Amino acid sequence: MVFLIQQTLLFAVPLMIVALAGVCAERSGVINLALEGIMIFGAFIGVLFIRTMQEMNLFDKEQGQILMILALFVAAICGSIFSLLLAFSAINLKADQTIGGTALNMLAPAIVLFLIVMIAQQNTIGMVKGGAASWFMLRPSSFGLPKDYSWGFLIDILINKVYLSTYICIIVFVIVSVILYKTKFGLRLRSCGENPQAADSLGINVFKMRYAGVMLSGFLAGMGGFNYALTTAGCTSNGDVAGYGFLALAVMIFGNWTPINIAAGGLIFGLFKCIASTYATLDINGDGIYMLSEIGISPYVYRMLPYVITLVVLAFTSKSSRVPKAEGIPYDKGQR
Amino acid sequence: MTSEYVIEMNHIRKEFPGIVANDDITLQLKKGEIHALLGENGAGKSTLMSVLFGLYQPEAGTIKKDGVEVKINNPNDATALGIGMVHQHFKLIEVFTVLDNIILGAETTKMGFLQKKEARRKVIELSEKYGLKVDVDAKVEDITVGMQQRVEILKMLYRDNDILIFDEPTAVLTPQEIDELMEIMRGFAKEGKSILFITHKLNEIMAVSDRVTVLRKGKYIGTVNTKDTNKQELSNMMVGRPVQLEINKDDADPADVVLNVEGLTVPSKIHKNDAVKDVSFNVRKGEIVCIAGIDGNGQTELIHGLTGLEKATAGKIEICGQDVSRASIRKRSQAGMSHIPEDRHKHGLVLGFTLEQNLVLQKYMEPQFQNHGFIKFDEVRKYADKLIEDYDVRSGQGPVTVARSMSGGNQQKAIIARELDRDEPLIVAVQPTRGLDVGAIEHIHKQLIEERDKGKAILLVSLELDEVLGLSDRILVLYEGEIVGELDPKKTNPQELGLYMSGALRKGKEAEQC
Repeated sequence: MVFLIQQTLLFAVPLMIVALAGVCAERSGVINLALEGIMIFGAFIGVLFIRTMQEMNLFDKEQGQILMILALFVAAICGSIFSLLLAFSAINLKADQTIGGTALNMLAPAIVLFLIVMIAQQNTIGMVKGGAASWFMLRPSSFGLPKDYSWGFLIDILINKVYLSTYICIIVFVIVSVILYKTKFGLRLRSCGENPQAADSLGINVFKMRYAGVMLSGFLAGMGGFNYALTTAGCTSNGDVAGYGFLALAVMIFGNWTPINIAAGGLIFGLFKCIASTYATLDINGDGIYMLSEIGISPYVYRMLPYVITLVVLAFTSKSSRVPKAEGIPYDKGQR
Repeated sequence: MTSEYVIEMNHIRKEFPGIVANDDITLQLKKGEIHALLGENGAGKSTLMSVLFGLYQPEAGTIKKDGVEVKINNPNDATALGIGMVHQHFKLIEVFTVLDNIILGAETTKMGFLQKKEARRKVIELSEKYGLKVDVDAKVEDITVGMQQRVEILKMLYRDNDILIFDEPTAVLTPQEIDELMEIMRGFAKEGKSILFITHKLNEIMAVSDRVTVLRKGKYIGTVNTKDTNKQELSNMMVGRPVQLEINKDDADPADVVLNVEGLTVPSKIHKNDAVKDVSFNVRKGEIVCIAGIDGNGQTELIHGLTGLEKATAGKIEICGQDVSRASIRKRSQAGMSHIPEDRHKHGLVLGFTLEQNLVLQKYMEPQFQNHGFIKFDEVRKYADKLIEDYDVRSGQGPVTVARSMSGGNQQKAIIARELDRDEPLIVAVQPTRGLDVGAIEHIHKQLIEERDKGKAILLVSLELDEVLGLSDRILVLYEGEIVGELDPKKTNPQELGLYMSGALRKGKEAEQC
């Protein structure tokens, strides 16, 4: 049970934060299809940062958490910078945003793979020494406690054998949601995605707000990308995030562009994704979901589940969803 | 230095590629007056106001506030000078609440967080003070157009503006709401606020304004005191030639039923309810039947259901006795229906096609214009030339002009030429004069009456009360998808019509609710 909940959270959190990244861009009026690409880029930068720091011997195992937090924010900032490409094409050049996003999605894995081969002479880069679990995972020993120490069921779920980055992402998720809905900046950002002409007539700089939306989006997507690389891929990067960016888009639509629904949607998808990838793993603590593999259904069915569910859910929910009205339409001052 | 005028716009010139929208225009606004700005579509009224509001920069001319020259680079500058504007198309965010819309751009915050309590108090105070009833927590998409306008007015008051610009504020209102608005405007003027009132409706100018400035084709024609002028003089100034304001026509002489509709029901695309509910009516030869109503009460869906653009879920439609309830659009049109659509860009023309291609759109499949699927271009050209001549369609390059580059009035003329030339017994005309200037409107009205006198059955949908009352022989009022009244234009008046349109009156029932 502990295992299942932890694993679900592990899968759900990158989805949530990247879906929220989509919200930030689309509420400001720019479709961000490039989430996948930005994630890939963020994941690569984060891993590269850790690797470089290790090579320079600046951090040792005891300072793993600090290194990880730094990497998370470096990934986020680089994601933000990468997303400027989309912002420039969509806002300044008024290019088709779907095509711009797709271009970034193709660009990111290409660049990343190229750099990986340049740096490591192989198709994947990882840490120089140690592993994600030994350096970055929270366990009793991180708090100076004996290895088999137990805090009791609830706290075990929360802090034993999890990554701190998961919680940082959740905190950032909450902060960004509050910014979107409770601040002046959020109100103005959302107005640009609904009716930029109205916003402009009230003296709001639509271009600036859209840049802010896309860059915030890149920040979150970069963070989500590194979080994926750290937790799911064991701190490696190979120019791929397994379609998480696109799943996040689905979660965003399913969540109707609102943070609370996205959190719920992320958890549902996370659960299925978790079942898909862990149903047959060894029953580490006797609390896995090994029984699923004993039913005798082909493993492929479980692996398909998250994607099939995505399709089905979207088919039913996309009709009633409220797309930000002006998303995808370049803002033209002269048009009334 | 004090000045008699709060705002002076001197010798303003604004050019757009290819046209001069404002050519040496001067406008002087006194404190506490209601100043009307009159002109046809395209006369440059909106451009002038956009210059004042900082949306455009003029090529020449100066703007003075209280005698001091100012530069207005963007709406923020305008707001800082106390200038506020209610735009013709409301600038509201539909999914935001009324309160959010009012504070947007002028938020009070504490450490970046919105402080709505204070704002709510101020909004409620203002709304009570000026009698602008709004529900601050409702979403804009759920409130009536009249209330949306009050929200726009509150937006200006919230920013403490004392120069208020109203751009065609009455176009979307019922007669009762118009009266209310004028009362509110008078209240503002009495308080010392100055009002600029943009319109092309002469009645409203006579009723509410102190002075009138008239523009024509981007040029300044003159400024007059309202009490020293009259409607005829103003309309002559506006159009540049004497205009016939009243529509003259003989009484109708209706004969056989051409269009018969029974129990027509059309679903809505926006919400779950039906947009048209169980509507029955008929149109006879030689009469103009007008569907009146406030925009959004099912007119569009009714016409779409009728012409086949959208599927009706129930009901029967007969044209000349032929049941076309399930027929395709072309079958319906061949059964005897001409359609002048509401949205001339979406349903009326193929904008990327040339004028001649657009003119032959309803006929290209006839043997006269094609041979085994190949278009006979010389025939098409001949036909287009004839229509252009007969209906006086003006364009840059004649039949090969791309439709997109034509003016709105001539685009409409082209559609009318195509549809009327088919000589079908039924003409469905949806807002045929929307967005056209007085001269073109006059022309189209004459044509419709001519067609009626030739024995055509005409179904007209219009939002303009003058048009409804002047042109039709019978009025059906549509309210929330139902026909709530059938009126005789000779025996009714705008007030009664307005009560039906707002749902306050219903056929057979006296005012049950208001």
